[in-house]
Amino acid sequence: MDVILFLVFALIAVVCAINVVVQTHPISSALSLVGVMGSLAVLYLLLGAEFIAAAQVIVYAGAIMVLFIFVIMLLNAGAETRKGRSYMVQLLGVPLLIAFLGLAAFFVQRMYGDEAVTFGLFQKGGPKEIGQALFTTYLLPFEVTSLLILVAIVGAIVLARKEFD
Amino acid sequence: MDALLDSFIFITVIKALVIFAVLMTTLAYLQWVERKVIAHIQVRPGPYRVGPHGLLQPLADVIKLVTKEDLIPPYVNKVFYLMAPFLAITMALLSISVIPFGPTIAVGPVRTWMQLTDLNIGVLFILAVSSMGVYGIALAGWASNNKYSLLGGLRSSAQMISYELPMSLAIASPLLISNTLSLRKLVETQTGGIWHWNVIGGAQVVSFLIFLIAAFAETNRVPFDLPEAENELVAGFHTEYSSMKFASFFMAEYANMITVSAMATLLFLGGWDAPWPAEYGSGLVPAAIFALCGLILLYHGRQGIRKWDKYTFPVFGVIFLGIAGIFLVPLVQGWLLPLFWFLAKTGAILFLFIWIRGTMPRFRYDQLMGFTWKFLFPVAMLNLLVTAFVVALRTS
Repeated sequence: MDVILFLVFALIAVVCAINVVVQTHPISSALSLVGVMGSLAVLYLLLGAEFIAAAQVIVYAGAIMVLFIFVIMLLNAGAETRKGRSYMVQLLGVPLLIAFLGLAAFFVQRMYGDEAVTFGLFQKGGPKEIGQALFTTYLLPFEVTSLLILVAIVGAIVLARKEFD
Repeated sequence: MDALLDSFIFITVIKALVIFAVLMTTLAYLQWVERKVIAHIQVRPGPYRVGPHGLLQPLADVIKLVTKEDLIPPYVNKVFYLMAPFLAITMALLSISVIPFGPTIAVGPVRTWMQLTDLNIGVLFILAVSSMGVYGIALAGWASNNKYSLLGGLRSSAQMISYELPMSLAIASPLLISNTLSLRKLVETQTGGIWHWNVIGGAQVVSFLIFLIAAFAETNRVPFDLPEAENELVAGFHTEYSSMKFASFFMAEYANMITVSAMATLLFLGGWDAPWPAEYGSGLVPAAIFALCGLILLYHGRQGIRKWDKYTFPVFGVIFLGIAGIFLVPLVQGWLLPLFWFLAKTGAILFLFIWIRGTMPRFRYDQLMGFTWKFLFPVAMLNLLVTAFVVALRTS
């Protein structure tokens, strides 16, 4: 059952991810990305990390992608037209992709090959464990990240302000 | 046979069917209640023709919506146009699956919780599902290829993103006090009377009010119904929808209303907990209320002014007295009383929704945005900080 669910949602994630690139309309691409986020959340859920799954849906699918779609709708962006691709891409695109995927698979196999994946047994995915990790082990990166986001917000306001002056 | 009855799948399917049927009926009749209440606020009788006191009006509405011509305008983006109402109604109905309506109930040999499933991240699940509900409205506005719809969709997504922040912050405070994310445990930490509820015992009046205000905005209700402001936007994001597709948006709005009301009950008002313990007679309150309603109806039935009042009032009076009698049967009191309290609290909040629709004018759009970012959000932040300090002081 777990394996079947994993295969189904992994397949959905991969198909959606390919769709993000293939679609010409920005809204279709953005919605495919939502599909990727959603199926990733299900994969987290299968591993037993329910808090991370919920956070994935709330933050990525529910907030960031909604903003993406909001901006696309606001700008009323139309479908892209495919312009002539360079000769190099047509010739080397697929072989390079296959080579890259092979390389990625090789390294994953090399580094984690001997660890069996067990569904639903991940213990450190609860809200308590994550909160503890964030405020003890990873306190410095956590605080630095929040500072970074604050800087980004202030920067956005400064940039937007200029137009009114 | 026992193995079948005890099996997880069998019980879950039965529960899902019961909840679905009850929810769908409630959705239809909530509409009737809303029309009646608003009519009475405006001093007119409201729906009155179909059935006694318009009680069959929802049925007539359903028949009308189902048999209407299902029109797809030629200029829409078909895939997203069809996907939008589906998304909206799915996300709206999904969140009801984690809401507990009461404690355990025993049917024959089986003992089960009055809840479809208890997630240990139940609160987050509802937040996640409701944040996905924005897509239905935003896509409907965009795919309709109509400037009114687009404006409605844009307004609603901006509004829902903005009000989600104070709402999540308001939810966080009672979670800090109860120290759990499971809705069932949340209620268990509040049992023992009104002074244990988070809104009183946890002094969460501010976050309760913030949650309610944000809930009005999240469900696109008056005074925050700008996505469908009919005098500026025709009908907003659902202008181009007809028949069952329109009904899906309609049902989604009402289902969202029920969900946020149930959430407010669970988070702040102690869920199915009675306002004071049963040894001081809280178990008699429902029976007393229903008996009083029945007696009033019987009294007024003697001097009916309108044509049918002479017959309908006594009939309803007897029905209400019968319900009052059921509440006194010890066999069912164990699960009926908690269920009554839960439904009474949720219903009171739903009534508040309707009441405010009957009294408040609509916000202007810049007021709406300024209100959440400049007032609600800072207040919710401050409230969360103070609550966190108090909880930290109390536990250390």
